[in-house]
Amino acid sequence: MNVDWPWPWLGRNLDKIAEATGEHLFLALLPVLVGLVVSLPLGWAASRWPAVRLVLVPLAGVLYTIPSLALITLVPLIMGTKIIDPLNVQVPLAIYTIALLVRSVTDALLAVPGDVLAAANAVGFRPTKRFVAVELPLAIPVIVAGLRVATVSAMSLTSVGALIGIGGLGSLITEGFKRNNAVEMVVAIALILVIALVIDALLLFVGRMITPWTRARQGASK
Amino acid sequence: MNSALSWLFDGDHWSGPTGIPARILEHLGYTALTVLIAAVIAVPLGAIIGHTGRGTFLVAGLSNGLRALPELGLLTLLVLLTYVGLLPVVISLVVLALPPILAGTYAGIRNVDPSVVDAARGMGMRESSILTQVELPNALPLILGGLRAATLQVIATATIAAYVSLGGLGRFVIDGNNAGAGSPNGYPQMAAGAIVIAVLALVVEGVLEIVQRVAVSPGLRNVATRKRTARIWRKPTPDLVGKST
Repeated sequence: MNVDWPWPWLGRNLDKIAEATGEHLFLALLPVLVGLVVSLPLGWAASRWPAVRLVLVPLAGVLYTIPSLALITLVPLIMGTKIIDPLNVQVPLAIYTIALLVRSVTDALLAVPGDVLAAANAVGFRPTKRFVAVELPLAIPVIVAGLRVATVSAMSLTSVGALIGIGGLGSLITEGFKRNNAVEMVVAIALILVIALVIDALLLFVGRMITPWTRARQGASK
Repeated sequence: MNSALSWLFDGDHWSGPTGIPARILEHLGYTALTVLIAAVIAVPLGAIIGHTGRGTFLVAGLSNGLRALPELGLLTLLVLLTYVGLLPVVISLVVLALPPILAGTYAGIRNVDPSVVDAARGMGMRESSILTQVELPNALPLILGGLRAATLQVIATATIAAYVSLGGLGRFVIDGNNAGAGSPNGYPQMAAGAIVIAVLALVVEGVLEIVQRVAVSPGLRNVATRKRTARIWRKPTPDLVGKST
């Protein structure tokens, strides 16, 4: 174990840490964004047609059960990518995000009360407009809850990619392990943890900002 | 694709101490040991927190905080700081398995119908008997749900044990990666290992689902189909289980 005071190593490697952090964010956050965009129409279809729900929800459960190291390793086999392609980490992360969010979106849309929908129809909303202006906003709190779990999970899952040589902060963990440098590992772990918690807090904040009516309701009940 | 499948179905890889069956047993052994230790800690703790209502912050805080902790980092760091062996690996896996079991037990106890607990108290049962004979059996579905979530997390994460020179199914992926992508024992071995890991996780998930159905008292099962418990069943289910590996 390296018992040196951490600053010398930190000071010498700030560039490397910054680069790994940037790479980590790119590896982790892009798939979550893609997953969110894909799961909205899928969740909508599943909430609308029970047959779609019957296929998508169990499929999501199966995909979510597959361990990440296995899925990361299998992407080259299925998609023909190179072993160290960033896609090998990003595709599984997108799949996990979709698997998690399809359930959230479906449940949230199904939970929109029937009289709200009837009122929207009566006021003259067309189906598309009604979805965008009424159903989706009401589903936001549940979707954000799912998104927070997906994002935080993605931040820590990304490090698994380092086991087969795909960068990010995980590569500092494996490098620190090989070089017996505990400081490097602690820095990487702490960065992953802190960034994940900050993003989590941001999502919580943004979720509350864009759904002011949930606060109004809480205030009224007091 | 073909090279991975031919590696997988090569008879040589299905025997001996480094064969696929031996690695599966090792993997399940790590998992069973970890979940057992975690359950011994988390079930009583969750039951007490649920029964007394004290320490609730521990349940929420632990599952939120630990979700963000990269398990790869925890495991490798613990091994680096102590020694290469089963104990540091199992300890870091236990840390991962605690939150779902704790949350499941806590939610299970909290969601027992208060009138049932009142009736038990009115009949003169002692608090400890209420907990063990009334609350715990009623909480069983959610406790088992927590154990199931923990088991699958541990199966996924136990693959990392291979990186710190232990056995288990991660060996094939790590060894294949070390052998280099071009070698016949390279990527085909990795992909074959990954297929076995994925199948094992799905099979265990299926088996645990059956166990969960069989183990739950028929009384509870019937109630579950009635209206009132639709609420009990839906509300506490910790649907949003994060993944750390």
